[in-house]
Amino acid sequence: MNPVLAAPAFGPAAPEILLAIGALVLLMVGAFRRGDAAPLVNAGALVLLAVALLAVLRVPSVKTVTFGGAFITDGFAKVMKVLTLLGSAAGLVLSRDFFRREGIDKFEFPILVLLATVGMLMMISANDLIALYIGLELLSLSSYVIASFHRDNLRSTEAGLKYFVLGALSSGMLLYGASLIYGFTGTISFPAIANVLRGEAGLGVILGLVFVSAGVAFKISAAPFHMWTPDVYEGAPTPVSAFFAAAPKMAAMALAVRVFIGAFPTIIGQWQQIIIFIAIVSMVIGSFAAIGQRNIKRLMAYSSIGNVGYALIGLAAGTPQGIQGVIVYMTTYLAMTLGAFACILAMRRRGVYLENIDDLSGLGRTSPALAFCLAAMMWSLAGIPIFAGFFAKLQVFSAAIQAGLYALAVIGVVTSVVGAYYYLRITKIIYFDEPREAFDPAPLGIKLVLGATSAFVVLFGLPFIAAPVIGIAGAAARSLF
Amino acid sequence: MLGLGILSGLLIVPLVGAAFILTLRGDDDAVRSNARWAALATTVVTFLLSLVAWARFDAGNPAFQLVETHAWLAETIRFKLGVDGFSMPFVLLTTFLMPFCILASWESIKHRVKEYMVAFLVLETTMIGVFQALDLFLFYLFFEAGLIPMFLIIGIWGGKRRIYASFKFFLYTLLGSVLMLLAMIAMYWTAGTTDIPTLLQHKFAPNLQTWLWLAFFASFAVKMPMWPVHTWLPDAHVEAPTAGSVILAGILLKMGGYGFIRVSLPMFPEASAAFAPLVFALSVIAIVYTSLVALMQEDIKKLIAYSSVAHMGFVTMGLFSMNAQGIQGALFQMISHGLISGALFLCVGVVYDRMHTREIAAYGGLVNRMPLYAVAMLIFTMANVGLPGTSGFVGEFLTLLGAFRANPTVSLIATTGVIWSAAYALWLFSRVIYGPLDKPALQGIKDLDRRELVLLVPLALLVIYYGVQPGPILDSFAASTDNLVRTAQAALSGTKAAALPLN
Repeated sequence: MNPVLAAPAFGPAAPEILLAIGALVLLMVGAFRRGDAAPLVNAGALVLLAVALLAVLRVPSVKTVTFGGAFITDGFAKVMKVLTLLGSAAGLVLSRDFFRREGIDKFEFPILVLLATVGMLMMISANDLIALYIGLELLSLSSYVIASFHRDNLRSTEAGLKYFVLGALSSGMLLYGASLIYGFTGTISFPAIANVLRGEAGLGVILGLVFVSAGVAFKISAAPFHMWTPDVYEGAPTPVSAFFAAAPKMAAMALAVRVFIGAFPTIIGQWQQIIIFIAIVSMVIGSFAAIGQRNIKRLMAYSSIGNVGYALIGLAAGTPQGIQGVIVYMTTYLAMTLGAFACILAMRRRGVYLENIDDLSGLGRTSPALAFCLAAMMWSLAGIPIFAGFFAKLQVFSAAIQAGLYALAVIGVVTSVVGAYYYLRITKIIYFDEPREAFDPAPLGIKLVLGATSAFVVLFGLPFIAAPVIGIAGAAARSLF
Repeated sequence: MLGLGILSGLLIVPLVGAAFILTLRGDDDAVRSNARWAALATTVVTFLLSLVAWARFDAGNPAFQLVETHAWLAETIRFKLGVDGFSMPFVLLTTFLMPFCILASWESIKHRVKEYMVAFLVLETTMIGVFQALDLFLFYLFFEAGLIPMFLIIGIWGGKRRIYASFKFFLYTLLGSVLMLLAMIAMYWTAGTTDIPTLLQHKFAPNLQTWLWLAFFASFAVKMPMWPVHTWLPDAHVEAPTAGSVILAGILLKMGGYGFIRVSLPMFPEASAAFAPLVFALSVIAIVYTSLVALMQEDIKKLIAYSSVAHMGFVTMGLFSMNAQGIQGALFQMISHGLISGALFLCVGVVYDRMHTREIAAYGGLVNRMPLYAVAMLIFTMANVGLPGTSGFVGEFLTLLGAFRANPTVSLIATTGVIWSAAYALWLFSRVIYGPLDKPALQGIKDLDRRELVLLVPLALLVIYYGVQPGPILDSFAASTDNLVRTAQAALSGTKAAALPLN
């Protein structure tokens, strides 16, 4: 009943505020500058993301709550924000050359990416149901637009429309679930919900939990809410698919962790079954459905569905070890998926972008370096040592075994062998098949992303990369408990 | 040297060689020739380095030696290397066979020589790593990482059905191995470490042992390979280039046996004893059944591949007899089989390079044109049969002896395997080497050249030397074997004693 509202502490939200203001300034620059504003806005957006990254690193790791408990920063948020910002920046770097060649080099794209990034950072830091929904919608609405960014292209507009209709449906479900939870617990704040539930949950809360899980599963493109993913990834311009596969996945996974570990830690028995089910279905669909794909973007969509399944194993464990696994898994997934999409963007012959897996035929001979990078991504996604993906899988399976989820772990490793088949098929096409005409030389941006991600994926096993990554992930995970 | 010991050196030298070969530029012929020489030099240097390690190794000491440990994933998961009496001979076998593989590929590999040599050198690192790793995850890392270069070797430089064979090889072994990974994780959470020397001291609960043993068995049985999961081997062997077959038969198959002796037997003695009848049954089936299958083969390489499965049956039988004779015999058999089957595949490579066919029916009467080749082939065929005086005899005899102590029936049936092996090996020899030289294509075939003599003579000498003088190899296994048998017996009698009061 205090009429005097104290100004909230803005410090913890500095990166988000910076990004939001910056994005609006850049919008003005783009709108009022004569001539071609796209290069300038793109460069400005990259600088802004770098500044936001520095700001995130400067926010202290101790748990801080502000804006009346709606916004939280802790070690976990910090790590996931760094990953998200890296993903967004890489998406922008990859897009430049593609958009110019396709003649859709508009200044709105970097701005929409920036706004989506603000939404993602808010999702990561959301500490109540309203903040969660606002962040999610900011991300989603920006995403619908950039999915159909190639507006004269039928497939791109179709992708945008599909994404919008299904996305709106899932947002509705999430919102309905959130209202149920609010109705039955009387609060929207995550810690308060955890406090109210105290080990037992009525039917209403469980129903709400199911709806929220469905909404979250849609956003991380986990089966059985994955239907949009292949179509959107295939239809959207390739850099946009790369962006969708990278940054929003980080934020949505962070959100899932935040909701289940933050708001429902006391009723783990209720949601653990849901997560286990989603994880298993995602892994199975991700590995079996990908086998028949001929379009590499579609294949990457199924691959990302499967990978989300593996990351969810860590969440299903519900332990610090499990969340550590989620973070390590998402870190390596970010590198692998960006690297793979960088390779896809390098598939250009006589100025035409190619998307068929068979176009990679004999790449091992025409451009050995690119071939090795793509093969390394595939081996890593398949979870073969010495590549990063192996260590990530080791982390999540380790958490599952520790939590006693033996069946989940066994299903996970078996589907990973099935998945290895289609990743291997790509390396087979690269190395065993007869070469075709060489690809056009790749632009600098793609080389940069590819070089960085390949180095990370190949050298991950060295102690000076693996140990710090695992250590940071462990510290971040413990900050949640 | 940067705090790295000689064992890390053995891992790094091949990688350095591979990196050097990758940087080679210039016209095709020069690159090809430089890549060959660089690879040969690298493998020879690695071999010499392993001899230095061997000189510093004390065979009388059952403990791990030349141990080095570096920080890796976590405090409890370290990059730890070391060798004992079990692993040192396998390291030497690997480094010894590698120069032969490079030489065997000298002329038969004509395209993409650079990549080929790089793949082989990387493969060498992973194989040495398997035998040196003293951390379970590190062991797994090397165990699996070797799949990629071998996949590429079979798939790029293999025969007609190379793609099918490479996928089958990869997925079969991967499926076996991932279950082993879960078992390793379970061991980590139970014992709190993946350090192998520590785990050797740890007593796992008998119930848990059963599951762990089965998971490891899934991996090692595929790798070994044991009947009925051996079917990838004939395909892989037939399609792989000669050197690939040599490595497959010589080293990769030994990883399964090494895994049994490093993990399954010492860490899960109760489960090993309980499952010994299963292993015996599978071994005996492998010995008899695959020998019969070998009889009917029309492809020389496939025949040798099936004979490898039969010989590995002796190894598993010997290992699980859990006595000194059986285990020593099994280890000896593995080393000896590495030399013999490697040499046999080299022999096949010799005629394949000339005729480009592996069909038995395409040959006949080679002794008339290739007397030296006939002699070499005879020595290795006899060694494969297990003729006394060759190294093949020592291993088979000791494993049979050990199995007789454990279970005379098993030993009785397995002994017939010696007759079967004589049947298929001698029949092969007579069809290829003897008979009339009436095939027109064979009229101009040339005998062994100098490079091929350099390849086969040392192997022939070693096979005969170790047949007469098995001491050096057996001695190096002895201390570690005694140690293993003693601790396993102690564990078993401990369980029995604990079980008695219940009755």
